[in-house]
Amino acid sequence: MLLNTQNSYGVVTKLLHWLVAIVVFGLFGVGFWMVDLGYYDYWNKLAPHYHKSVGILLLTVMVFRVAWRFFNVTPEPSQVLSPKEKKASHYVHMVLYVAIFGMCVTGYLISTADGRSIQVFNWFSVPALGAFIENQEDIAGNVHEWLSYGLIGLVIMHLLAALKHHFIDRDGILKRMF
Amino acid sequence: MKKILLALITASSLMTLPLLASAADYVLDDEGGHAFINFKIKHLGYSWLTGRFNTFTGAFNYDAAKVSDTKIIVDIDPASIDSNHAERDRHLKGPEFLNVRKFGKAKFVSTKISDKGNNQLEVVGDLTLLGITKSIVINAEKIGEGKDPWGGYRVGFSGTSRIGLKEFGMEESLGPASTHVDLELHIEGIRQ
Repeated sequence: MLLNTQNSYGVVTKLLHWLVAIVVFGLFGVGFWMVDLGYYDYWNKLAPHYHKSVGILLLTVMVFRVAWRFFNVTPEPSQVLSPKEKKASHYVHMVLYVAIFGMCVTGYLISTADGRSIQVFNWFSVPALGAFIENQEDIAGNVHEWLSYGLIGLVIMHLLAALKHHFIDRDGILKRMF
Repeated sequence: MKKILLALITASSLMTLPLLASAADYVLDDEGGHAFINFKIKHLGYSWLTGRFNTFTGAFNYDAAKVSDTKIIVDIDPASIDSNHAERDRHLKGPEFLNVRKFGKAKFVSTKISDKGNNQLEVVGDLTLLGITKSIVINAEKIGEGKDPWGGYRVGFSGTSRIGLKEFGMEESLGPASTHVDLELHIEGIRQ
Protein backbone atom coordinates (compact mmCIF):
# COMPACT_ATOMS: atom_id res chain seq x y z
CA MET A 1 0.00 0.00 0.00
CA LEU A 2 2.81 2.39 0.85
CA LEU A 3 4.78 1.56 -2.24
CA ASN A 4 3.83 1.96 -5.85
CA THR A 5 2.97 -1.15 -7.84
CA GLN A 6 3.05 -1.78 -11.56
CA ASN A 7 -0.53 -0.55 -11.84
CA SER A 8 -1.16 1.77 -8.93
CA TYR A 9 0.32 4.64 -6.99
CA GLY A 10 1.23 3.97 -3.36
CA VAL A 11 0.13 6.10 -0.43
CA VAL A 12 3.47 7.90 -0.16
CA THR A 13 3.44 8.93 -3.81
CA LYS A 14 -0.17 10.11 -3.51
CA LEU A 15 0.52 12.11 -0.36
CA LEU A 16 3.60 13.68 -1.94
CA HIS A 17 1.57 14.59 -5.00
CA TRP A 18 -1.20 16.31 -3.08
CA LEU A 19 1.13 17.97 -0.62
CA VAL A 20 3.17 19.50 -3.43
CA ALA A 21 -0.02 20.48 -5.25
CA ILE A 22 -1.36 22.39 -2.25
CA VAL A 23 1.99 24.01 -1.50
CA VAL A 24 2.55 25.09 -5.12
CA PHE A 25 -0.88 26.74 -5.24
CA GLY A 26 -0.30 28.32 -1.84
CA LEU A 27 3.14 29.67 -2.72
CA PHE A 28 1.87 31.06 -6.00
CA GLY A 29 -1.03 32.82 -4.31
CA VAL A 30 1.05 34.22 -1.47
CA GLY A 31 3.83 35.24 -3.84
CA PHE A 32 1.43 36.99 -6.18
CA TRP A 33 -0.16 38.85 -3.30
CA MET A 34 2.88 39.71 -1.23
CA VAL A 35 4.88 41.51 -3.93
CA ASP A 36 2.30 44.30 -3.97
CA LEU A 37 1.93 44.71 -0.22
CA GLY A 38 2.37 48.26 0.99
CA TYR A 39 5.32 49.07 3.18
CA TYR A 40 3.14 49.59 6.22
CA ASP A 41 1.15 46.41 5.69
CA TYR A 42 1.41 44.04 8.64
CA TRP A 43 2.24 41.18 6.26
CA ASN A 44 5.01 43.06 4.47
CA LYS A 45 7.72 41.24 6.42
CA LEU A 46 5.90 38.08 7.50
CA ALA A 47 4.52 36.93 4.15
CA PRO A 48 7.93 36.79 2.43
CA HIS A 49 9.34 35.03 5.49
CA TYR A 50 6.67 32.31 5.31
CA HIS A 51 6.93 32.16 1.53
CA LYS A 52 10.68 31.53 1.72
CA SER A 53 10.37 29.08 4.61
CA VAL A 54 7.73 27.01 2.84
CA GLY A 55 9.69 27.25 -0.41
CA ILE A 56 12.79 25.75 1.16
CA LEU A 57 10.73 22.97 2.76
CA LEU A 58 9.11 22.32 -0.62
CA LEU A 59 12.57 21.86 -2.10
CA THR A 60 13.40 19.18 0.46
CA VAL A 61 10.05 17.49 -0.20
CA MET A 62 10.76 17.57 -3.93
CA VAL A 63 14.18 16.02 -3.47
CA PHE A 64 12.55 13.27 -1.44
CA ARG A 65 9.83 12.93 -4.05
CA VAL A 66 12.31 12.43 -6.87
CA ALA A 67 14.29 9.96 -4.77
CA TRP A 68 11.09 8.10 -3.98
CA ARG A 69 10.29 7.99 -7.65
CA PHE A 70 13.67 6.45 -8.41
CA PHE A 71 13.52 3.87 -5.62
CA ASN A 72 10.03 2.79 -6.59
CA VAL A 73 8.34 1.27 -9.55
CA THR A 74 6.67 3.94 -11.63
CA PRO A 75 3.18 2.67 -12.42
CA GLU A 76 2.44 2.16 -16.10
CA PRO A 77 0.30 4.90 -17.61
CA SER A 78 -3.34 3.93 -17.84
CA GLN A 79 -4.07 1.66 -20.81
CA VAL A 80 -6.98 3.84 -21.87
CA LEU A 81 -4.51 6.50 -22.98
CA SER A 82 -3.31 6.66 -26.56
CA PRO A 83 0.46 6.49 -27.09
CA LYS A 84 0.39 10.19 -27.91
CA GLU A 85 -1.42 11.00 -24.66
CA LYS A 86 1.02 8.87 -22.69
CA LYS A 87 3.94 10.70 -24.17
CA ALA A 88 2.38 14.15 -23.71
CA SER A 89 1.41 13.54 -20.11
CA HIS A 90 4.85 12.16 -19.36
CA TYR A 91 6.50 15.32 -20.73
CA VAL A 92 4.12 17.57 -18.82
CA HIS A 93 5.00 15.71 -15.61
CA MET A 94 8.72 16.12 -16.30
CA VAL A 95 8.36 19.83 -17.04
CA LEU A 96 6.32 20.24 -13.84
CA TYR A 97 9.15 18.72 -11.84
CA VAL A 98 11.77 20.89 -13.54
CA ALA A 99 9.67 24.03 -13.10
CA ILE A 100 9.13 23.40 -9.38
CA PHE A 101 12.85 22.87 -8.86
CA GLY A 102 13.48 25.96 -10.96
CA MET A 103 11.17 27.98 -8.73
CA CYS A 104 12.96 26.79 -5.60
CA VAL A 105 16.41 27.49 -6.99
CA THR A 106 15.62 30.94 -8.38
CA GLY A 107 13.87 31.87 -5.14
CA TYR A 108 16.95 30.84 -3.21
CA LEU A 109 19.16 32.85 -5.57
CA ILE A 110 17.17 36.06 -5.02
CA SER A 111 17.34 35.97 -1.26
CA THR A 112 20.94 34.84 -0.98
CA ALA A 113 22.44 37.12 -3.65
CA ASP A 114 23.97 39.36 -0.98
CA GLY A 115 25.27 36.52 1.16
CA ARG A 116 22.31 36.52 3.54
CA SER A 117 21.09 33.12 4.60
CA ILE A 118 17.42 32.12 4.50
CA GLN A 119 15.66 31.65 7.81
CA VAL A 120 13.22 28.77 7.69
CA PHE A 121 10.50 29.53 10.29
CA ASN A 122 13.29 30.45 12.70
CA TRP A 123 13.94 26.71 12.99
CA PHE A 124 17.15 26.70 11.02
CA SER A 125 18.79 28.76 8.34
CA VAL A 126 19.99 27.78 4.90
CA PRO A 127 23.37 29.34 4.21
CA ALA A 128 23.96 31.54 1.20
CA LEU A 129 26.40 30.65 -1.52
CA GLY A 130 26.72 34.29 -2.52
CA ALA A 131 26.27 35.68 -5.99
CA PHE A 132 27.15 33.60 -9.02
CA ILE A 133 26.35 36.30 -11.53
CA GLU A 134 26.10 40.07 -11.57
CA ASN A 135 22.66 41.46 -10.67
CA GLN A 136 21.72 37.98 -9.51
CA GLU A 137 18.71 39.19 -7.52
CA ASP A 138 17.28 40.84 -10.64
CA ILE A 139 17.86 38.01 -13.06
CA ALA A 140 16.79 35.31 -10.61
CA GLY A 141 13.83 37.47 -9.64
CA ASN A 142 12.63 37.86 -13.21
CA VAL A 143 13.02 34.15 -13.90
CA HIS A 144 11.19 33.38 -10.64
CA GLU A 145 8.31 35.62 -11.67
CA TRP A 146 7.89 34.36 -15.23
CA LEU A 147 8.54 30.75 -14.33
CA SER A 148 5.79 31.00 -11.73
CA TYR A 149 3.29 32.01 -14.40
CA GLY A 150 4.50 29.21 -16.64
CA LEU A 151 4.30 26.69 -13.81
CA ILE A 152 0.84 27.70 -12.72
CA GLY A 153 -0.32 27.64 -16.35
CA LEU A 154 1.01 24.13 -16.69
CA VAL A 155 -0.57 23.10 -13.38
CA ILE A 156 -3.93 24.36 -14.58
CA MET A 157 -3.49 22.40 -17.81
CA HIS A 158 -2.62 19.31 -15.79
CA LEU A 159 -5.69 19.88 -13.62
CA LEU A 160 -8.02 20.46 -16.55
CA ALA A 161 -6.70 17.33 -18.26
CA ALA A 162 -7.38 15.31 -15.10
CA LEU A 163 -10.89 16.75 -14.84
CA LYS A 164 -11.55 16.05 -18.51
CA HIS A 165 -10.58 12.41 -18.01
CA HIS A 166 -12.81 12.19 -14.97
CA PHE A 167 -15.93 13.99 -16.13
CA ILE A 168 -15.87 13.75 -19.90
CA ASP A 169 -13.95 10.58 -20.72
CA ARG A 170 -14.99 8.90 -17.43
CA ASP A 171 -11.96 6.64 -17.67
CA GLY A 172 -11.04 6.54 -13.99
CA ILE A 173 -7.62 8.11 -14.42
CA LEU A 174 -8.15 10.72 -11.71
CA LYS A 175 -9.00 7.98 -9.19
CA ARG A 176 -5.49 6.60 -9.54
CA MET A 177 -4.23 9.59 -7.56
CA PHE A 178 -6.67 9.07 -4.64
CA MET B 1 29.08 46.38 -22.24
CA LYS B 2 27.96 48.64 -19.41
CA LYS B 3 31.55 49.72 -18.86
CA ILE B 4 32.00 50.52 -22.54
CA LEU B 5 28.78 52.51 -22.63
CA LEU B 6 29.77 54.48 -19.59
CA ALA B 7 33.22 55.10 -21.06
CA LEU B 8 31.55 56.46 -24.17
CA ILE B 9 29.32 58.68 -22.09
CA THR B 10 32.31 60.02 -20.20
CA ALA B 11 34.21 60.51 -23.41
CA SER B 12 31.35 62.48 -24.90
CA SER B 13 30.99 64.57 -21.73
CA LEU B 14 34.70 65.25 -21.81
CA MET B 15 34.56 66.39 -25.38
CA THR B 16 31.94 68.98 -24.56
CA LEU B 17 33.69 70.28 -21.48
CA PRO B 18 36.66 72.02 -23.10
CA LEU B 19 34.15 74.26 -24.86
CA LEU B 20 32.71 75.38 -21.57
CA ALA B 21 35.74 77.02 -20.09
CA SER B 22 39.44 77.29 -20.32
CA ALA B 23 39.89 76.09 -16.75
CA ALA B 24 41.39 72.68 -16.03
CA ASP B 25 39.28 69.66 -16.86
CA TYR B 26 38.79 66.88 -14.38
CA VAL B 27 37.21 63.44 -14.48
CA LEU B 28 35.66 61.85 -11.43
CA ASP B 29 37.90 59.18 -10.02
CA ASP B 30 35.32 56.41 -10.22
CA GLU B 31 38.00 54.02 -11.48
CA GLY B 32 39.99 54.45 -8.30
CA GLY B 33 36.86 54.57 -6.18
CA HIS B 34 37.34 58.13 -4.89
CA ALA B 35 33.89 59.31 -5.68
CA PHE B 36 30.68 58.36 -3.91
CA ILE B 37 27.05 58.97 -4.57
CA ASN B 38 25.41 58.08 -1.29
CA PHE B 39 21.86 58.49 -0.14
CA LYS B 40 19.95 58.15 3.06
CA ILE B 41 16.29 58.00 3.88
CA LYS B 42 14.51 57.67 7.19
CA HIS B 43 13.24 54.21 8.00
CA LEU B 44 9.84 54.52 9.64
CA GLY B 45 11.11 57.72 11.18
CA TYR B 46 13.15 55.69 13.64
CA SER B 47 16.52 55.40 11.93
CA TRP B 48 18.44 56.13 8.74
CA LEU B 49 18.81 53.73 5.89
CA THR B 50 21.83 54.42 3.75
CA GLY B 51 22.89 53.22 0.35
CA ARG B 52 24.82 54.29 -2.68
CA PHE B 53 25.08 54.10 -6.45
CA ASN B 54 28.09 52.09 -7.45
CA THR B 55 28.35 52.90 -11.14
CA PHE B 56 28.67 56.41 -12.49
CA THR B 57 31.01 58.58 -14.49
CA GLY B 58 31.46 62.28 -14.50
CA ALA B 59 33.58 65.20 -15.46
CA PHE B 60 33.91 68.84 -14.53
CA ASN B 61 36.09 71.82 -15.10
CA TYR B 62 37.33 73.86 -12.21
CA ASP B 63 39.38 76.91 -11.54
CA ALA B 64 39.48 78.10 -7.95
CA ALA B 65 39.68 81.70 -9.18
CA LYS B 66 36.62 81.41 -11.39
CA VAL B 67 34.23 79.07 -9.67
CA SER B 68 31.21 80.39 -11.54
CA ASP B 69 32.67 79.02 -14.79
CA THR B 70 32.57 75.52 -13.39
CA LYS B 71 30.33 72.98 -14.99
CA ILE B 72 29.80 69.40 -13.93
CA ILE B 73 28.14 66.50 -15.65
CA VAL B 74 27.56 63.15 -13.96
CA ASP B 75 25.95 60.09 -15.50
CA ILE B 76 24.61 57.57 -13.04
CA ASP B 77 23.51 54.00 -13.61
CA PRO B 78 20.42 53.72 -11.40
CA ALA B 79 20.59 49.92 -11.59
CA SER B 80 23.80 50.09 -9.56
CA ILE B 81 21.88 51.03 -6.42
CA ASP B 82 23.26 49.18 -3.42
CA SER B 83 21.63 49.30 -0.03
CA ASN B 84 23.40 46.21 1.23
CA HIS B 85 20.31 44.01 0.87
CA ALA B 86 19.67 42.18 -2.41
CA GLU B 87 15.91 41.82 -1.91
CA ARG B 88 15.51 45.51 -1.13
CA ASP B 89 17.76 46.49 -4.05
CA ARG B 90 15.61 44.45 -6.38
CA HIS B 91 12.54 46.25 -5.04
CA LEU B 92 14.21 49.65 -5.42
CA LYS B 93 15.17 48.85 -9.01
CA GLY B 94 11.64 47.71 -9.77
CA PRO B 95 8.70 49.64 -11.21
CA GLU B 96 7.67 51.09 -7.86
CA PHE B 97 10.90 53.01 -7.43
CA LEU B 98 13.73 53.54 -9.91
CA ASN B 99 12.11 51.49 -12.68
CA VAL B 100 15.52 50.82 -14.19
CA ARG B 101 14.19 48.65 -16.98
CA LYS B 102 12.41 51.67 -18.40
CA PHE B 103 14.78 54.39 -17.21
CA GLY B 104 18.27 53.04 -17.51
CA LYS B 105 20.03 56.36 -16.98
CA ALA B 106 20.13 59.17 -14.48
CA LYS B 107 22.02 62.35 -15.03
CA PHE B 108 23.06 65.53 -13.31
CA VAL B 109 24.10 68.59 -15.28
CA SER B 110 24.96 71.76 -13.42
CA THR B 111 23.38 74.99 -14.59
CA LYS B 112 24.80 77.53 -12.16
CA ILE B 113 27.58 77.32 -9.64
CA SER B 114 28.22 80.15 -7.23
CA ASP B 115 31.05 80.72 -4.83
CA LYS B 116 29.71 81.38 -1.35
CA GLY B 117 33.18 82.02 0.03
CA ASN B 118 35.04 80.04 2.61
CA ASN B 119 35.14 77.00 0.29
CA GLN B 120 31.35 76.83 0.21
CA LEU B 121 29.64 76.47 -3.14
CA GLU B 122 26.08 76.40 -4.28
CA VAL B 123 25.60 74.07 -7.21
CA VAL B 124 22.32 74.38 -9.06
CA GLY B 125 21.68 71.81 -11.72
CA ASP B 126 19.23 69.58 -13.51
CA LEU B 127 18.79 66.10 -12.16
CA THR B 128 17.17 63.61 -14.49
CA LEU B 129 15.73 60.60 -12.77
CA LEU B 130 13.01 58.29 -14.12
CA GLY B 131 12.91 60.52 -17.18
CA ILE B 132 11.91 63.53 -15.08
CA THR B 133 14.26 66.50 -15.09
CA LYS B 134 14.11 68.86 -12.14
CA SER B 135 16.39 71.56 -10.87
CA ILE B 136 18.03 70.75 -7.57
CA VAL B 137 20.41 72.64 -5.34
CA ILE B 138 23.53 70.99 -3.95
CA ASN B 139 25.20 72.70 -1.04
CA ALA B 140 28.80 71.86 -1.62
CA GLU B 141 32.11 72.36 0.01
CA LYS B 142 35.53 72.17 -1.49
CA ILE B 143 37.58 69.79 0.64
CA GLY B 144 40.98 70.33 -0.92
CA GLU B 145 43.12 70.31 -4.00
CA GLY B 146 46.70 69.67 -4.92
CA LYS B 147 49.20 67.22 -6.29
CA ASP B 148 48.76 63.55 -5.56
CA PRO B 149 51.79 61.33 -4.79
CA TRP B 150 51.63 59.64 -8.20
CA GLY B 151 52.23 62.55 -10.52
CA GLY B 152 48.67 63.73 -10.88
CA TYR B 153 46.60 66.63 -9.62
CA ARG B 154 43.31 66.31 -7.79
CA VAL B 155 40.51 68.35 -6.32
CA GLY B 156 37.69 67.10 -4.15
CA PHE B 157 34.30 68.28 -3.02
CA SER B 158 31.43 67.05 -0.97
CA GLY B 159 27.85 68.13 -1.16
CA THR B 160 24.37 67.42 0.05
CA SER B 161 20.97 67.77 -1.47
CA ARG B 162 17.49 66.56 -0.79
CA ILE B 163 14.92 65.31 -3.24
CA GLY B 164 11.33 64.23 -2.82
CA LEU B 165 10.41 60.73 -3.99
CA LYS B 166 7.17 62.02 -5.49
CA GLU B 167 8.91 64.82 -7.35
CA PHE B 168 10.58 62.16 -9.45
CA GLY B 169 7.53 60.02 -9.93
CA MET B 170 8.07 57.53 -7.11
CA GLU B 171 4.58 57.30 -5.71
CA GLU B 172 4.99 54.26 -3.50
CA SER B 173 4.54 55.26 0.12
CA LEU B 174 7.27 54.41 2.59
CA GLY B 175 5.50 56.29 5.36
CA PRO B 176 5.21 59.90 6.41
CA ALA B 177 8.80 60.13 7.65
CA SER B 178 10.26 58.77 4.45
CA THR B 179 9.08 61.03 1.67
CA HIS B 180 12.48 62.57 0.93
CA VAL B 181 15.91 61.22 0.22
CA ASP B 182 19.09 62.98 1.28
CA LEU B 183 21.91 62.77 -1.20
CA GLU B 184 25.45 62.85 0.06
CA LEU B 185 28.07 63.31 -2.60
CA HIS B 186 31.78 62.99 -2.23
CA ILE B 187 33.73 63.46 -5.39
CA GLU B 188 37.35 63.63 -6.33
CA GLY B 189 38.42 64.74 -9.77
CA ILE B 190 41.70 63.95 -11.46
CA ARG B 191 43.01 66.71 -13.69
CA GLN B 192 43.39 65.59 -17.28
